[in-house]
Amino acid sequence: MSVLAVSNLAKRYRRGGEPFAAVDDVSFEIEQAETLALAGPSGSGKSTIARLVLRLIGPDAGRIDFEGHDFLALSGAALRARRARLQMVFQDPLAAFNPRATVARVLDDPLRMHNIASRTERPRHIAALLQRVGLDAGLAARAIHEISGGQRQRVAIARAIATRPSLIVLDEAVSALDVSVRGQILELLLDLQRQERIAYLFISHDLGVIRAIAHRVVILDAGRVAESGDARTVIANPQSAIGKALVAATPRLIRNRP
Amino acid sequence: MNRLRRFFRSPEAIAGALILALLMMMALAAPLLFPGDPQAIAGPALLPPFQDWPLPLGTDRLGRDVLAELFHGARTSLAVGLAAAAAALLIGAVVGTSAGFAGGLVDEVLMRITDAFQTVPSFLLALAFVSIVGPSLGVVVAAIALGAWTGPARVARAEVLSIRERDYVAGARVIGMHPLEIAFREVLPNALPPVLALSSVIVAAAILTEAALSFLGLGDPNRVTWGGMIAEGRTVLRTAPFLSIVPGVALVLTVLGVYLAGEGVVESTAVRRSLS
Repeated sequence: MSVLAVSNLAKRYRRGGEPFAAVDDVSFEIEQAETLALAGPSGSGKSTIARLVLRLIGPDAGRIDFEGHDFLALSGAALRARRARLQMVFQDPLAAFNPRATVARVLDDPLRMHNIASRTERPRHIAALLQRVGLDAGLAARAIHEISGGQRQRVAIARAIATRPSLIVLDEAVSALDVSVRGQILELLLDLQRQERIAYLFISHDLGVIRAIAHRVVILDAGRVAESGDARTVIANPQSAIGKALVAATPRLIRNRP
Repeated sequence: MNRLRRFFRSPEAIAGALILALLMMMALAAPLLFPGDPQAIAGPALLPPFQDWPLPLGTDRLGRDVLAELFHGARTSLAVGLAAAAAALLIGAVVGTSAGFAGGLVDEVLMRITDAFQTVPSFLLALAFVSIVGPSLGVVVAAIALGAWTGPARVARAEVLSIRERDYVAGARVIGMHPLEIAFREVLPNALPPVLALSSVIVAAAILTEAALSFLGLGDPNRVTWGGMIAEGRTVLRTAPFLSIVPGVALVLTVLGVYLAGEGVVESTAVRRSLS
């Protein structure tokens, strides 16, 4: 059974009075411990799909099944409880946290809200989470704005795995990081996937990164699926026009690697 | 503390802070320096100031010690001003945050109520409220807050509208935080700085409104107020002008001090905000 099954998803917006389809009849599935990448140029509907899957916005049509249940049917407390299993990491790790927060508070919130640990156990849990993502446990007392961008994205990942999710949506999660930090974060994500069997919905415009982390890829163009399949196969030999354009735009260094 | 140093760099802010500190000391020292009822008769009636050492500012029409009344009046003015402003900021922040965060019908209803309160002159509102419920300190505070919460509500709403679209609010929803907790723990604290910037204006206006209510005889009758002292002195304005001038000057200085100190705080934080 797939962790996430999206079928015929559609979302329309109005742009200058004209209705236009941000997401149009998109379907895909993600299996346990699998990484599905959504690729496509800006405005192709990648982030809108992420927000739809996370129920941050509502779809106009379509169906989302998460862990075998109709995710769109949930509301209120039932939805909030289910959210523990479906987490997200944002692109800009600074904007993703309350500017007043400390690292400890950011990690304390999910543990408290989903009754994962009692008040006295939480500091120990927080330290364990920080160590799990390769950070020093002493970082807990620091304010979010005091730590580096790479550390912040590690904290974001620690927060996402705090509730033991089965799926994490990564919306351009490594795009804002510099190259060396990006490699480390991708390593961490692969390691977490191997150990905790987490599935990733990995959104990126960078085919090099997708090739490194994703099992399958869905290439989007103007809200529709242009092509999909095994990540290496699609990137090595794209069939759609937009797929060819994306591959052509990727630096040669990555294309020529065996 | 950088902000503190920046605050004390401007002479206006220092003057304001000094006036406020003096006022605080007057308010706190009143029961120590002038124990007993300030409204008790202390000497001959209408004694001019600087004539009699135990009564340095003289006495009023009934022979009450003007200096003692001035000190005890500072207590009332400050208490009412601060309490009314705190209540107005609290109501405004909660209403504005609820309206901005909930959106839709809730926003519409709350903002039309805000409009309704804003179209009625706040002094008339306070006047009507006190004359119906009856004058006491709590009622006066409520009456003033009733006319002053609309400004903070509008500012808070505008700020919340921009904050609620930020990623960290989406992040809070993703981890399953309750909407009320998101609104009041994640959003409200970050919307507060521009709302708090209004506080000096509101405190100053509250002190003036309290004085005006007392002047019209709608203050708490058991407390000395500067407005009440001016009203008392008004009947003998030609023969004993100092009875109106002394509390009048105190009132002017207080409002000035609150304004200057408030401006100083806003200035020093504004620089910090633009730098960060």
